[in-house]
Parts: sequence; C-alpha cells; structure tokens
Amino acid sequence: MFQVVLFNVTNGLIIGAFYVLMALGLSLILNLSNVINFAHGNFLALGGYLAFMLVPTVGYWGALLISPLLAALIGVVVERLMIRPLYGRDPVYSLLLTFGLAFVMQDAARWYWGPNPLQIDMPDILKTPLSADLFFITWYRVFMVGIVIATVISLFAFLRHTRVGLRIRAGTLDLDTVAALGVNVKLLRTFNFALGCLLAGLSGVLATGQIGLNPNMGDDLLMPSFIAIIVGGVGSLAGTLFGGLLIGVAAAVTAAIYPAASEVVIFVIMLLVMLVRPRGLFGEEGFMS
Amino acid sequence: MTATVLAAGQRPAQRRWLSLVAIWLALITAPLWLPLMGGYPALAGKVLVFGLAAMGFNLLLGFTGVLSFGHAAYFGLGAYGAGLMLKYVTPSTPLAMLAGILLGGLAGTLFSMLIVRRRGVYFAMCTVAFGQIFYYIAYSWNDFTGGFDGLRGFHRAPIGLGPLSLDITDSIAFYYFTLAVFAVAVALMALLIASPFGRTLRAIRENERRARFLGIPVERHIWLSFSISAFFTALAGTLYALLNNFADPLTLHYSLSGYFVIMTVMGGMRSFWGPLLGALVFVVLQDYISSLTVNWMSFVGLIFILVVLFFPRGILGILKRRGAT
Repeated sequence: MFQVVLFNVTNGLIIGAFYVLMALGLSLILNLSNVINFAHGNFLALGGYLAFMLVPTVGYWGALLISPLLAALIGVVVERLMIRPLYGRDPVYSLLLTFGLAFVMQDAARWYWGPNPLQIDMPDILKTPLSADLFFITWYRVFMVGIVIATVISLFAFLRHTRVGLRIRAGTLDLDTVAALGVNVKLLRTFNFALGCLLAGLSGVLATGQIGLNPNMGDDLLMPSFIAIIVGGVGSLAGTLFGGLLIGVAAAVTAAIYPAASEVVIFVIMLLVMLVRPRGLFGEEGFMS
Repeated sequence: MTATVLAAGQRPAQRRWLSLVAIWLALITAPLWLPLMGGYPALAGKVLVFGLAAMGFNLLLGFTGVLSFGHAAYFGLGAYGAGLMLKYVTPSTPLAMLAGILLGGLAGTLFSMLIVRRRGVYFAMCTVAFGQIFYYIAYSWNDFTGGFDGLRGFHRAPIGLGPLSLDITDSIAFYYFTLAVFAVAVALMALLIASPFGRTLRAIRENERRARFLGIPVERHIWLSFSISAFFTALAGTLYALLNNFADPLTLHYSLSGYFVIMTVMGGMRSFWGPLLGALVFVVLQDYISSLTVNWMSFVGLIFILVVLFFPRGILGILKRRGAT
C-alpha cells in the first residue's frame, strides 16, 4: 500500500515538474510580452531532438547543457523575426502567429526526424533504480527532479537578485515606465523570450526519458501548463510553480483511483479556482484585467 | 437589413446592393461551380458551415473586440448535442439541432460569466483551457461519445411538417437546407449589429473606458455578446454534424478554434462578410493542400504566419482600403 501511494506521488511530482518548467517559461513570456506561446511545446520537443543529435558527440551531460541553449538561440531568432513586429498590436495576431508556428515546427520535426519515437542513450547510473523495493524510482527520476528544483531556485534567484531579473519583474508590472527609465525593452523582451525557450528546451531533454521523444511530445504538456498558470494566477511566477505542482499531483492521484478522469480533474481544479478566486490563487487583482 | 450593416462601410448604395446580390448568387449557385474548381458537393456545405461559425465568432472578435480562442468548444458541443440526440433520443432533425444549439450556447453563456472581467491574452487563455474540457470528455467517455473515433451511427432524417415533409438526406438538398438556415442566422446577426445593442458593442470595442464612463454595463454586454456568438457557433456545429452524419472529437479541439480565428482575420474581422470569405479561402486551401501533401500542417501553419505578418487586415480590409483611396 505504501508503495502504491509512493509510486503515484512520485509520478505526480515528476509530471508536475514538467508542468512547472513548461509553465514557468510560458508565464515569463506571457507576463513581459503579453504573448501566449502556443509553440512552447514545440520548443520542448526541439530541445529533446537537439539532445538526440548531440549525445553521440558531446555525451548526455554535454547535450543536457548545450541543447537548451540552442533552443534558446532559435527562440531569439523567432522572437526577432516574427514576434517583435507584433508587439503593441491586437493580441489576436501574436496568438495566431505562435499557433501557426507550432504547426510548422511540429510538421518540420516529423519530416526531419520521423514520426516514430526515438531513444536517447542515458548514462548507466541514471537507469538503475534506487533499490529493489523502490524499483520505479530510478536515479534518472531523482536526478530529474533535482535538476528541476535547482533550475527553479536559480530562476527565482536570478529574477530577484540580478539587474536584468529586476527589469523583467518591473516590466511585468509596468513596461512603459521601465522603457521611460532608459531600459532597452526590445532587448529585454528578446532575452526573456529566449529564457522561456531555454526552460522549454531543458524540460525537453529531461522529458525524453519519461514521455519519449516524438514530434508532438509537447502537446500534452501545453494545456496543463496553461491551467497551471490560470490556477496559480497570471503575473505570479510563484503561483505558476504552485499551480504546476498542484495539478501534477492531482492528476497522478486521480490516475491511481480512476484513470479515465485524470485529464478532466485538472480542468475541475481550474473551474473551482475560477469560481472561488477568479484572479488565481496567487494572482493580484487588476493584473491583466 | 443587411444593407444597414454595410452602411458602416460607407460605400455607395448601388455597390452595396451589387455585392449583396453577388454574394447570395454565388452561394445559391455554389453546388454548380464549386465542383468545377475541383471541389466536391459536401465542400460547399463545409464552407457555409464554417463561414457561419466564423461569422458568429466575429460578433465577439470583430464587433466587440474580445478574443476567444475556444469557440471550437461551442461548435463541437453543437455537433455532439445534435448527434447524441439523433442517436439516443429521437430521429427528429429539428429537435437534434435544438439540443445542439442549447448545449453549445448554454455552455458558452455559463462559462463566459466566469471570465468577463478578464481581458486580452488572459481572457483568451482561459477560453482555450476551458474549451479543452469537452475535448477530453468526448475523448475519454468512450461508451457514450465514441471516444477517439468520434460519434457515428446517426443520420439526418427528413423533416416532417405535418403532411409536408422536407427530404434533406440528399447532399444537394441538404446544402440548400444549410443555406436557408445560414440566411436566417445571418439576417439575425445583421439585425443585431445594426441595433442599438450592436452599436454599444462597437463602442466597447473602440474605447472600453469611455463606454464605461457613459454608463454602459461593459461586463454584461461582453457576456451577452459571448453568449450570442456561442449560440451561433453551436448552430453551425449542429449543421456540421448533420452534414457529415458524424461528430468528430477534433471539432472540440482548440486547433479548430484557431481555424475560426484565422478565417475571421484572413477574411477581414472588421467586416460583416469577411469571415465567410476567409472560411471559403481557408477551407478550400486546406482541402487542396491536404490532398497534395502529407506535410499539410506546415502549409497551414505558414498561412497563419503569412497572414499575420503581411495581411493583418484581411482580404476585405485590403479591398476596402484600396477602394477608399
């Protein structure tokens, strides 16, 4: 019994960790640029595929470091070429653009790497379980959760303690004032978009071991990430973090009790939050309303 | 009555009537000329249905200035409502349509109550997420909705009017039935837009704060506009289920919401007929591309990107501007 509970909680935490990484990236871009990045799941897949190509030459650890950076670089190109012209226009345009981009990126991945799931070779240590009793907790899973925790802590520290992080937070509240104070807002937005893509790319590399590498691996993570943001409250990264963990664990626990409802339960949570606290659990009243 | 709507476009009355006659002539003769351009009979019906959905959607986007990215939910609920009614309850086509319209419309009405205070992208994100609920329900509830394979096993039945009966089982006959429903719906929309209520919606679109200062209950108007547009979209959904004798879970997926938005923007979201034109171009293009290549997703995605970057005003928007100068 203890094992069953532990098994589901572990699964919930791992899925929640993916939701968190995805949702934090989405949330960063949403807060500063007012853009919903529908292609975020495709940046995740891109991170995974880049790692697949890099592992033979630089090894797993090298790929874990480099492919998120490459995903971020591609994010810079996308932001400069396509999203920047749309700032200040009706939000319908940026939504349509990232929506179309998601189609193109998914199809390109299917065309280039094929529709079938691919495998990334992991170091042996990551494949071994912690112990015979806890056969379902491999070192990979421990390591993955560890990386996610470390990433989240560094992200929050970065936003709190560095000059750029301060500007991102200030821009979230009032971009016009930040611009008037002489900050290069265009560059800030590009950097911020790249940061979001970096997080997506990182979760892509990590996710290959859990959900497999295929062209639409990010699709199933996109909607829960939206919900994590809504539940946590738009404008609050801490809220997004909490929302991601909450729905991850809730989905896993439901999956253990009544599998058919595991996808619906996160929507139920969303609706309850919208009914009881429309701004989201950690959201501030008046933000984006 | 449609003429009063077009009056906002400030075109001479003669040209206004001319374009109206042209639109309806084209629609009435569509089953004749569309096959010549490589289409099939059901394609004309599909254009009409998606055109109706997009025009209903545009009441919200183009005339109220509120962006929903989840209208596929109301379209799909309309389709499933009609299909489930036909399959499990009664073989009556009008009752099935009524069920679909109520299901989709009421879902939109209830949901929009929760989010009328949100704006912009946050509003859009809530609508996407909410719309996906029904996709997952239709997808998981295998015994009732047919799950991933969709809902089959129902057929549109002839409509009985006492001793008279209207046989709509034939595809051409059904096209004209769809056209008749479309005409009534479009006339209602035109009346609505020309009414004081419609003018108030446009006032909110142009300047929400000023509208609020004038004492207009903005939230209630946005709620009503959302609700009405959900009802029209649901109506289109019921027609879609009848057209195909099939309800597809993909009609509930947010991708279709994206299609509605691109149809509207591509045609011209500031004009009454724009969404219909956008639906025509998009449906025919998509149909043509997917018959040519397996990589149709790239091309559809490219259409989105190109329209946004280079033709944000849409086809009618460009034409109007050219006509004005």
